[in-house]
Amino acid sequence: MTHAAHAPTAHYTSMGLDSRKMAFWAFIGSECLLFGSLISTYLVYKGRSVVGPYPHDILNIPFTSVSTFDLLMSSLMMVLALAAVQRGDMKWGKIWLFSTALLGLVFLGGQVIEFTEFVHKGLTMSTNLFGCTFFVLTGTHGAHVAVGVLWLLTLWVRALQGRLGPANAMTVEITGLYWHFVDVVWIIIFTVVYLIQ
Amino acid sequence: MKSWLTTTDHKRIGLLYFWTAFVFFLLGGIEALVIRLQLAQPSGHVVSAETYNQLFTMHGTTMVFLALMPLSASFFNYIVPLQIGARDVAFPRLNAFSYWVFLLGGLFLNASWFVGPLFKAGMLNVAPDGGWFGYANLTERQFSPGPNIDFWLLGLQILGISSLAAGFNFIVTILNLRAPGLKLMRLPVFTWMTLVTQFLIITAFPVITVGLVFLMFDRFFGAHFYVHGAGATPLLWQHLFWLFGHPEVYILILPAMGIVSEVLPTFARKPLFGYTVVVYSGILIGFMGWGVWSHHMFAVGLGPIADSVFAATTMLIAVPTGVKIFNWIATLWGGDIRGTTALHFAVGFIAMFIIGGLSGVSHASPPADLQQTDTYYVVAHIHYVLFGGTIMGLFAGIYYWWPKMTGRLLSEPLGKWHFWLQFIGMNVAFFPMHFIGLLGMPRRIYTYSPDLGVSDLNLVSTVGAFLIAVSLLVFIANLWRTRSRGETASNDPWGGATLEWSIPSPPPVYNFSVIPTITSRLPRWRTELHAPMQDPPATPPGPIHVPGGSWWPMVAAFGLPLMALAPLTHTLWLAFVGAGVLIVGIYGWAFEPFEV
Amino acid sequence: MADTEVREHAHPTVDVYLRVAAALVILTVLEVGVFYVPAFHGVLVPVLLVLSAAKFALVIMFYMHLKADNKFFTFLFGAPLLLAVGVMVALLFLFYGALTLRGAAGAG
Ligand code: HEM
Ligand SMILES: [Cu+2]
Repeated sequence: MTHAAHAPTAHYTSMGLDSRKMAFWAFIGSECLLFGSLISTYLVYKGRSVVGPYPHDILNIPFTSVSTFDLLMSSLMMVLALAAVQRGDMKWGKIWLFSTALLGLVFLGGQVIEFTEFVHKGLTMSTNLFGCTFFVLTGTHGAHVAVGVLWLLTLWVRALQGRLGPANAMTVEITGLYWHFVDVVWIIIFTVVYLIQ
Repeated sequence: MKSWLTTTDHKRIGLLYFWTAFVFFLLGGIEALVIRLQLAQPSGHVVSAETYNQLFTMHGTTMVFLALMPLSASFFNYIVPLQIGARDVAFPRLNAFSYWVFLLGGLFLNASWFVGPLFKAGMLNVAPDGGWFGYANLTERQFSPGPNIDFWLLGLQILGISSLAAGFNFIVTILNLRAPGLKLMRLPVFTWMTLVTQFLIITAFPVITVGLVFLMFDRFFGAHFYVHGAGATPLLWQHLFWLFGHPEVYILILPAMGIVSEVLPTFARKPLFGYTVVVYSGILIGFMGWGVWSHHMFAVGLGPIADSVFAATTMLIAVPTGVKIFNWIATLWGGDIRGTTALHFAVGFIAMFIIGGLSGVSHASPPADLQQTDTYYVVAHIHYVLFGGTIMGLFAGIYYWWPKMTGRLLSEPLGKWHFWLQFIGMNVAFFPMHFIGLLGMPRRIYTYSPDLGVSDLNLVSTVGAFLIAVSLLVFIANLWRTRSRGETASNDPWGGATLEWSIPSPPPVYNFSVIPTITSRLPRWRTELHAPMQDPPATPPGPIHVPGGSWWPMVAAFGLPLMALAPLTHTLWLAFVGAGVLIVGIYGWAFEPFEV
Repeated sequence: MADTEVREHAHPTVDVYLRVAAALVILTVLEVGVFYVPAFHGVLVPVLLVLSAAKFALVIMFYMHLKADNKFFTFLFGAPLLLAVGVMVALLFLFYGALTLRGAAGAG
């Protein structure tokens, strides 16, 4: 493994890997435990609510399937953005970055609609255990999406200003790592919370 | 002044960590002295039951999160980059951020002592009072209506962010910033143990964060995560807390084990016995530390299967621990021993840690634990491992590295006084607690009846606590004296084998005038195969780039306590202000020109 | 040498990205489909878990590049992931296992 010389950073590093990317993977590892604890709690409290509404009363599978599809497509936009930035095609880089953020916003919008509807149907955080675990789990995920949208829009603005180019491909790659991780968390939530009732 | 506020130099941040943590350590010590005064005799009247609850809660929380962890962090900061031949950590500004968050989180927690009047209560009335492990559902609003627990759960969330940020930073630093030739199996053991500790931190802290977030939602937003009536169980908190809590005790002990593994070889003039085994046991302890948490919950009645499994894993984890102890003893065996203060503390560590480990194994067995749990016997155990272990180890590190960090040697005669007073003091203070516990005195009770037959033992224990206090005064006198009259240190006052001793004391900003190339595990010693390395030249051959300071880490750090004030004071706009400050800090940080 | 370089730096092509996206969509459609087909109800849980694990793996391997990237990143992610899964399984066992044991031992 003598690729240190080709490493994208100017600095010598003992593993020949980009430090920021390494830190970010460690962060994602740490996030596994965060979402792991949240999902575990959801599972151990499943079916222990003493009053309704219960999951099958209000979870809207068609609606959430569309949200899931939306988030999956945003991941596709994200890799396309990365590929465009890497080959120096900033025109498409901008387009894909913006579409990723837009799909993220759509997802958030969906979540707002969903939460409002649940509240109207009588499910809040203080209604029952399903409410507690559902809102905190999906809310934490939503907060991650919101941070991701902010981050993507920042990159997009930098690109509009002409300050984002192939030299910053690593930044885009790391943003992508975050975004895809948020997506895989949703893949699990969709299965564990929505489909396995 | 400005240069300290904006510093990103790992050495300065290490010193900031040291002094801040040391002050918190003294504060936690004073709390302990009041506790011991109250318990010196039966039916004591020094403090009320309410104050007593706050004292033991803040004592435990302070010592764990504000004293021992950050004292270890002070050495991570100061020593690890030097041991790996680096000019700084991987992310200097993130490092500054960790420090400021730690400081502000510590102040936030301790502010609770004074701000009672703001909550229509007296001073000394709203400090956390639910124990360092804050068991639900005692911590629910129904049973703890005041802001006490709020300070605790918000403060710990802030502190967690500091530890997490430092965790990522040091993992990358150790893996990616090693000098050429410094392979992983050539790393000094202290650096190795730091690495394992950081992995424990980044995996364990998210779990307690989730537990605390649940508690926060229960207390502020009417959720029911730990409310029995809603179908939930307070046991969930216990699981989440101890899932974090047991790795946490290894987070507290592994750095001290690393320090001892540096000090012993230096003063026995012998390489560490079984380096590879010591490193692998450290890694193994880190892994196994995740599989034992329910030994804190034997009294819950988890059922025979769970009890047996966790008893077995707990007994197993003592094996790698014991392996290390034998390696340390074998390192001393036949060595050319110099009885410095640092070595005294290191040997004291081994002896005390053995006692603590043995009492630990004695409650690894559920039937035995049922007699011991929630009694002073457990208090004896935790103090033998944390005081006899971690603190002794940290003091070994202080005496060993102080000359490197400040350029002056601490006085050896005063150091010996400090050691013996502390060693005797801790045994007088904590050994009787084994009996006090087995005789039936529960922990966390503000007083006891003379009929229990533990009055004399308690008095002895209090005397021991004050002996420890005296020993710390000696230490402070030593620090004070050393400032002006301490002997100045050469590059290498002890004849150490590792890289930090190859450069001046204290090191120049850039640490190494030339980054050394490493060919052996003991670069500065002559071994059968290797001549000692050549120390870097006193003056650098060319200009060296040193990163400048930055205000942004501190700005960003201020956002967190501001956000935490929002629920505490029921003021929504503060949450937005806090988030705004955080975001401004992060953007300023991301876009300022800063080259590492 | 040139070989390593290609492996280290060439991320999958756009073509691969598109094919992975197609697979993800198909898998999602299957998931939702399985959910609505009564015949599957007996094996719903295992089937859904396998399907979502497949999606998870696709995104991790191709969109996050772990398949081609340095193995150390796989470790940084995989070790905590395994830990999280272990914790989850242990907690499920502790909570549900305890319930059954208590149930078996009669009321109490
Ligand atoms: C040989 C290794 C060890 C074993 C087998 C062991 C075992 C145990 C057990 C079974 C308990 C629960 C006692 C109870 O509450 O009934 C316990 C408590 C505790 N142990 Fe250890 N232990 C070991 C080493 C350590 C180390 C190295 C540390 C920290 C440096 C440590 C810190 C603690 C603390 C802080 C508690 C008490 C937590 C509390 O209830 O407040 N232990 N230990
Ligand atoms: Cu433990």
